Amino acid sequence: MRALDYVRPSTPEEAVAAVAGDEDAMFLAGGSNLVDHLKLGVARPGRLVDVSRLPLDEVATHDTDRGTVLRVGATVRNADLAAHPVVRSRLPGLSRALLAGASGQIRQQASTAGNLLQRTRCVYFQDVTTPCNKREPGSGCSALEGYGRYNAVLGASEHCVATHPSDMAVAMAALDTSVVVLGPDGERRMPSTDLHRLPGDEPQRDTTLAHGELVTGVEIPLTDLAAVSTYRKVRDRASYAFALVSVAAAVRTAGGVVEDVRLAWGGVAHAPWRARRAEEALRCGPVDEQAVAAAVDAELAEAETSEATTYKVPMLRGATVETLLALVEGEDA
Amino acid sequence: MDVPITLTVDGVEHRLDVDTRTTVLDALRERLGVTTVKKGCDHGQCGSCTVLLDGRRHLTCLSLAVAQDGAEVVTASGLADGDVLHPVQQAFLDHDGYQCGYCTPGQVCSAVGMLDEAKRGHPSHVTADLGAEPDLDDDEIRERMSGNLCRCGAYPGILGAVRQAARS
Ligand SMILES: Cc1cc2nc3c(=O)[nH]c(=O)nc-3n(C[C@H](O)[C@H](O)[C@H](O)COP(=O)(O)OP(=O)(O)OC[C@H]3O[C@@H](n4cnc5c(N)ncnc54)[C@H](O)[C@@H]3O)c2cc1C
Ligand code: SF4
Ligand code: FES
Ligand code: FES
Repeated sequence: MRALDYVRPSTPEEAVAAVAGDEDAMFLAGGSNLVDHLKLGVARPGRLVDVSRLPLDEVATHDTDRGTVLRVGATVRNADLAAHPVVRSRLPGLSRALLAGASGQIRQQASTAGNLLQRTRCVYFQDVTTPCNKREPGSGCSALEGYGRYNAVLGASEHCVATHPSDMAVAMAALDTSVVVLGPDGERRMPSTDLHRLPGDEPQRDTTLAHGELVTGVEIPLTDLAAVSTYRKVRDRASYAFALVSVAAAVRTAGGVVEDVRLAWGGVAHAPWRARRAEEALRCGPVDEQAVAAAVDAELAEAETSEATTYKVPMLRGATVETLLALVEGEDA
Repeated sequence: MDVPITLTVDGVEHRLDVDTRTTVLDALRERLGVTTVKKGCDHGQCGSCTVLLDGRRHLTCLSLAVAQDGAEVVTASGLADGDVLHPVQQAFLDHDGYQCGYCTPGQVCSAVGMLDEAKRGHPSHVTADLGAEPDLDDDEIRERMSGNLCRCGAYPGILGAVRQAARS
């Protein structure tokens, strides 16, 4: 690890200035991803700007021109967010996604912004002795020919086939979440689905944020649809493992046909994948095995699989069918 | 870069200068000689370095000491009240909740933190009804303790110990 400068600004504006003005600086939150990367040599900042004690730890409802939203501060811990009464009752899919991630300890430590901005778990990205375009642009992608079980099947490029590892971010993508960002020129908002980007020929960039832009919070609309959301994660063991694939969903039917639906997938792409084509295919039709499988296949029309990832196609189909059917059954109960 | 910090460990206040790159785990073990806290994987994957930090269970291998300046740390050896063991410690003894004992301090701290979370009504991945008070049956205990691995496989004893502590 190289020598490291450490500062703890007391306002978000100071934090932004401290990173924006220094190419070598990075924000530090709970540290559960970044401290690991310091040790592994994956991240080599010259200065850490600690944002974990900034006054961004509130969870509160606000009435806005987009309706009522739950505003969640960047430093709110994953465990606290999952247990928050409004999240449990009005955004159950978000609570379920958070609870499916990492371990009890890590969720106590990890922050909302840190979770969104955690980096891929691609084994080559984390191993500095191997080529990786994301870590070292132009060095090559070891995952193309190597261990590929976690590789992407949608939106990948010849430069990078990594997946985004967050569970929380998948639920947020399904729930029309906005991310609030503070930069040197002030505040901006964007849909969370515009935060993460596909790798293209710049896999070193995970997100659309500029250097020094601070995520100050997220806003999640409190709709009737979100109140029936859920999250399903498929993994190699029952707990404490990253998703092979995951499904965040919410659906409302009337007279046996879909009135409204939200669907997002994890474990399939460089970003949480909002499955808009599948949503479109499901609208105004029934929720049965055949219809859901057809909608999944429509979304996967451009999927590219390798020997290591072909399993994800039937797994996504099965997980999505089960998730939506269970939601509709719950609607009747 | 060295920075002065204060850490209170098991009730004793320590002032020390740490290199900014030092983890809480290394500060405790290497600088303060607090070897109850164990280093297993050093990457957040095993839970053996778990302590209670400002009342929450916390992986000391994944946090920097400088960022925890002023923190109140309780390790497994700080849980006892003099010669009287903490109910969770006693339960691990009663149920043989260990074999080599290396993971035990982390298991014990994790269990204490987890029981407090459950008491405050926190749900888990296996809680069927997110609105209900959690009932710590065996599946709940397994899920909530999944961040602590045991290479000896003493899980049946650990489960029994945590079950006893949850009932008491
Ligand atoms: C063993 C293990 C298992 C795990 N399993 C899962 C899992 O199953 N599912 C899952 O979703 N996650 C999992 N995680 C990852 C965990 O969720 C993340 O490490 C955590 O959410 C990161 O949050 P943090 O606050 O600790 O971030 P940090 O590590 O402090 O930061 C992460 C990144 O975010 C940046 N950052 C932090 N805050 C801001 C901000 N406000 N604005 C801009 N940038 C910011 C940092 O610069 C850094 O690049 C696992 C982690 C471990 C170690
Ligand atoms: S998939 Fe992406 S992160 Fe993994 S080795 Fe290739 S370039 Fe690196
Ligand atoms: S040593 Fe910290 S989790 Fe393994
Ligand atoms: S008792 Fe040996 S590792 Fe758990």
